[in-house]
Amino acid sequence: MCQLLIIKNMRSKKLGRRYNDGEVIIKQGETGNSLYVVQEGRVEVIHESADGDVKIAELGISDFFGEMGLFEEDVRSCTVRAAGDATILTIDKRNFFKSIRRDPSLAYRLLEKMSNRLREANERINAP
Amino acid sequence: MSHMDAHEMELTNGSRIAVIGGGPAGSFFSYYALEYARRFGLEIELDIFEAKDFTKIGASGCNHCGGIVSESLVQDLATDGLVIPSDIIQRTISTYTLHTEQGTRIIRTPSEEHRIASVFRGSGPRGCLEKNTNGFDNYMLELCRQHGARVIREKVTALERTQDGIRVGCGKSPNRDYDLLVGAVGLNNKTLELFKGVCPAYSLPETTRAYISEFMMKPVDVEGSLGSSMHVFLLNLPQITFGALIPKYNYVTLVLLGEDIDKEIVHNFVRSDQVRACFPEDYPVDQIAPCQCYPYINVKQGRHPFADRVVLIGDSGSSKLYKNGIGAALITGKAAASTAIFEGISEKHFAKYYAPICKDLDRDNMVGKLIFGVTRLIQKSSIIKRGILHLVEREQSDAAASLRMSSVLWDTFTGSAGYRNILRRFLHPGLLFGLIRSTIGTLVPTFNHQKHEKQETRQTL
Repeated sequence: MCQLLIIKNMRSKKLGRRYNDGEVIIKQGETGNSLYVVQEGRVEVIHESADGDVKIAELGISDFFGEMGLFEEDVRSCTVRAAGDATILTIDKRNFFKSIRRDPSLAYRLLEKMSNRLREANERINAP
Repeated sequence: MSHMDAHEMELTNGSRIAVIGGGPAGSFFSYYALEYARRFGLEIELDIFEAKDFTKIGASGCNHCGGIVSESLVQDLATDGLVIPSDIIQRTISTYTLHTEQGTRIIRTPSEEHRIASVFRGSGPRGCLEKNTNGFDNYMLELCRQHGARVIREKVTALERTQDGIRVGCGKSPNRDYDLLVGAVGLNNKTLELFKGVCPAYSLPETTRAYISEFMMKPVDVEGSLGSSMHVFLLNLPQITFGALIPKYNYVTLVLLGEDIDKEIVHNFVRSDQVRACFPEDYPVDQIAPCQCYPYINVKQGRHPFADRVVLIGDSGSSKLYKNGIGAALITGKAAASTAIFEGISEKHFAKYYAPICKDLDRDNMVGKLIFGVTRLIQKSSIIKRGILHLVEREQSDAAASLRMSSVLWDTFTGSAGYRNILRRFLHPGLLFGLIRSTIGTLVPTFNHQKHEKQETRQTL
């Protein structure tokens, strides 16, 4: 009982939604238009294919994912699942663009990260 | 100063910035100024002058605030990579509970997430037994330090304009010269007066007194009595525009906003049945809380909060009426930082790029005053309050219903949306029609009840 209470209190101190180890946050092939920020814990980005699952990246606190869903109407390109317990904050598309309109500098970090990811993808493609 | 292009008044490599005040506005400015400078490839020096030690318990480490980090602020910070760590968060808020004399309704977050955080600004209230409580202001200041800011723990006693900069004087150490001076001193009149010397067109903000106190409770009692819900009160009590109980881990913060709140008004409020019911039965709510204050709050922004090489931000410049002061600190701090780094630091630069942000907040506050004026009318009308409660109940119990009234109330209480946005949504024909229908709907049973009572009285006679 006491332990349950402590867990409840600990949970009420975390922003976002809690995911258990292995729980899927976004699923490849499904539609979605939110951006996600890791509040606590780690998540892994998995590309599912007929040949098997390939882990593309592992993300930690303050990293974001799902950004393509903000700009494209297409389905999610990867699956993201919790690697251990993780707390994730959802940023709605509507809120995001309202905030960007008010404060365009909010897009800097998104552009910076997307540029990094593009470079990493290029390096992976060009790797022997 | 030598590092300045005299004609363009732009910051260059080696430029020096003094930020007076290390609360949220000063910290947000510093964090973003250093971050933008890094992106811009600009090497600047930034000193934050803060005499308060935010790691101290009680008033000496506190900036007197209810301590709510709003939904929109949490999302904006997260987008910028600023994730508020859970050791700063006292409790996350998932619902709002609206209390009136006519009843109580719970308004759930539109999402299924905890997106609002209650925090302590300092290291905990007076009498707090925990020594390791980490407050929001200290977290932000540490973040600035990690980004390269130097924190000077001294009180600024003099500001003077020199030929090519601003001189900052402290009682204990030699004067220092800077290219840009940033005022983030809240509503501290004495320090604001210093700024008038270097920013002659500036007029101080108009203020009123609010009330904040902390009730210590066992965590299990906070959980059982208030849960993860912020409790807001629309009671017909004079001079109180807004009253709220904010649950924290082992404290509950009482915030009262209105016109010059005094001891008697506070007593009337905490003794009301609706407030009393939020505490355990045997809890002595009417005993004087060990940690209480009557802080000034901004009700009208200061005019012209900038000059060549000087800018005032946060409460010292412009804030949000009654709500989301930390959010306003972010908006003004960030706007001043982007102006200084990307545009320049002359009066003209601030007038062109910073003043519109302050004006926008001011325009929004004017609408806010109208909204709170209407709220005061609603507080006095039991009929309208019944109608609102009925409409909220209908919306919250029907999964398919559009949550127009609930979302308007949610944003009014949380401060997540601007007042103009709230007013626009409140004036939606669907909401107004729903409110009129609910109000009439609640009147009919009341009317029938009164008629029935009269008949019974006649029969008795």
